[in-house]
Amino acid sequence: MPLAAIAYETERPQANTPHFAPKQPVASLSKVTRRYGGTVALDGLSLALHPGEVVALLGPNGAGKSTAVKLLLGLIAPTSGTARVFGSDPREATTRTRVGAMLQVARITEAIRVREHIDLFSSYYPNPLPLAEVLRVAQLEGIEDRQFGQLSGGQKQRVLFALALCGNPDLIFLDEPTVGMDIEARRALWQHIRSLSAQGKTILLTTHYLEEADALASRIIVINKGRVISEGTPAEIKRSSGGRTIRCKTTLSKEFLQALPGVTNVGIRDGIANVTSPEAESVLREMLRSDSTLSGLEVASPALEDAFLALTKN
Amino acid sequence: MSTAAITHAAPTSAHTSRIFRKETKYEFLKLIRTRSFSLATIGFPVMFYVLFGIANRNTYEGNVHIAKYMLGGYACFGLIGAALFGIGVGLSSDIAAGWLELKRASPMPVSAYLFAKCASAIAFGLIIVTILTIIGTSFGGVHLSASELIRMYGMTAVGSVCFASMGLFIALLVPANAAPGIINLIYLPMSFLSGLWVPLRFMPHWLQHIAPALPTYHLAQLMLSIFHYNDSISLVTHWNALIGFALVMLGLSWLVFHRKEQNA
Repeated sequence: MPLAAIAYETERPQANTPHFAPKQPVASLSKVTRRYGGTVALDGLSLALHPGEVVALLGPNGAGKSTAVKLLLGLIAPTSGTARVFGSDPREATTRTRVGAMLQVARITEAIRVREHIDLFSSYYPNPLPLAEVLRVAQLEGIEDRQFGQLSGGQKQRVLFALALCGNPDLIFLDEPTVGMDIEARRALWQHIRSLSAQGKTILLTTHYLEEADALASRIIVINKGRVISEGTPAEIKRSSGGRTIRCKTTLSKEFLQALPGVTNVGIRDGIANVTSPEAESVLREMLRSDSTLSGLEVASPALEDAFLALTKN
Repeated sequence: MSTAAITHAAPTSAHTSRIFRKETKYEFLKLIRTRSFSLATIGFPVMFYVLFGIANRNTYEGNVHIAKYMLGGYACFGLIGAALFGIGVGLSSDIAAGWLELKRASPMPVSAYLFAKCASAIAFGLIIVTILTIIGTSFGGVHLSASELIRMYGMTAVGSVCFASMGLFIALLVPANAAPGIINLIYLPMSFLSGLWVPLRFMPHWLQHIAPALPTYHLAQLMLSIFHYNDSISLVTHWNALIGFALVMLGLSWLVFHRKEQNA
């Protein structure tokens, strides 16, 4: 269940909320199942990307991240369910003119110069960016006449980034964009991704790095075994995974617990409450003060990585 | 949405032809710059022809000038090599590296990609045939009329496309690191058994009976028919065999491709 929905289900939408909500998603998967022979890569997965969002798709290896990206790129078809990009089938050529992608590629044609690669890819799109701008944004100035095979790992990665954005697409897929990059190059690329987002582009990012998702994403979708297991802003995900869980037998109502400051999640089952909060001490103090019969107290404090693993393991 | 609909209108034919042109230009540049490809595919037929063709500059078998006969044989040997290696090895490594997938995710028409590969194979075939012809006429005592040369070029284009389809099939079937070895394993024996290196008439009788089962033989006979050096089998049979072979290769490629799509 989406964490945001749990945390804020009692809140009413404010009157001055920007009108994002009714906008049509830029891209969506609805109830998509994708099988490869006997194995199920995606199992009734639904997700939507809204205009201007940077969404991070997180999950362990084999979770279905790449399959989801391939479906949205129209490289494969869903076994059941539908994939939509700009309101039409992603396999249509006209849809692709508004989409750019950076995929995990071992190697691209090595005997072709950087400027030639960009020239060729730009020609596929009706309104490409000028070469000079692509070179500047992807930090390829000075190496545009080198052949791809002569570049370092980080430079190659930047060429792939250039190919993703040279067509001036409205929707960009970045599949593990900073893998194999040193921390400096990674931060530089983050800066470019932010500036693309500032231009109103919608970006879907898949990554192993929680830190990367935290730095870039306006929304994180955690998937595992082909299903969405958690969804929310980085703060919400962190609160859920970084917060501690108070477990106890209590007579306090769910509404009361949810109203306590700092509580992000409340679940009550068979009289046992599970209260999640990054400020466990103050919440606990309040709970003990309000319920003198409180018993069977446990406080669990998972590390961020452990929480992520726990989230994706089951 | 209306502005988006206007700016992202269907591509014009001028735009599409520009994609085809650039795709072909860069495919050709890639092949020329990849020394392991360009030196080997041009170098081997040229070297063999210099060694065996020019050595036979004064050899005649009846009214067959052996140096001219070998020009036809090595022209086929060269163009087949360019088509098989250019497409077989090039495409299989594009697939293995994920490069083809990235291109397919872009708005590039798949037809432009295939066209570029075919056109580059033809271009290499024409280059090889031109070099062999210059060597033959300059040093091998070969006399070639303009119409014979033009028909050789035409046959080169046809042969390149037919063996490009075989390259396509191999690329889809074989892992990238095995492709060069497997292509050599098919290409070299097939060339020898079809008389591309040494005229068939100089080979043992039992070997001559294998040749009609090979597509390389039918291409060679069609090439030699330009000089009226072909054997007694009718040209229609050779055409049918060659075209049939190409269609079978394309059909098998289509099957393998769709199987892969489903399991991809």
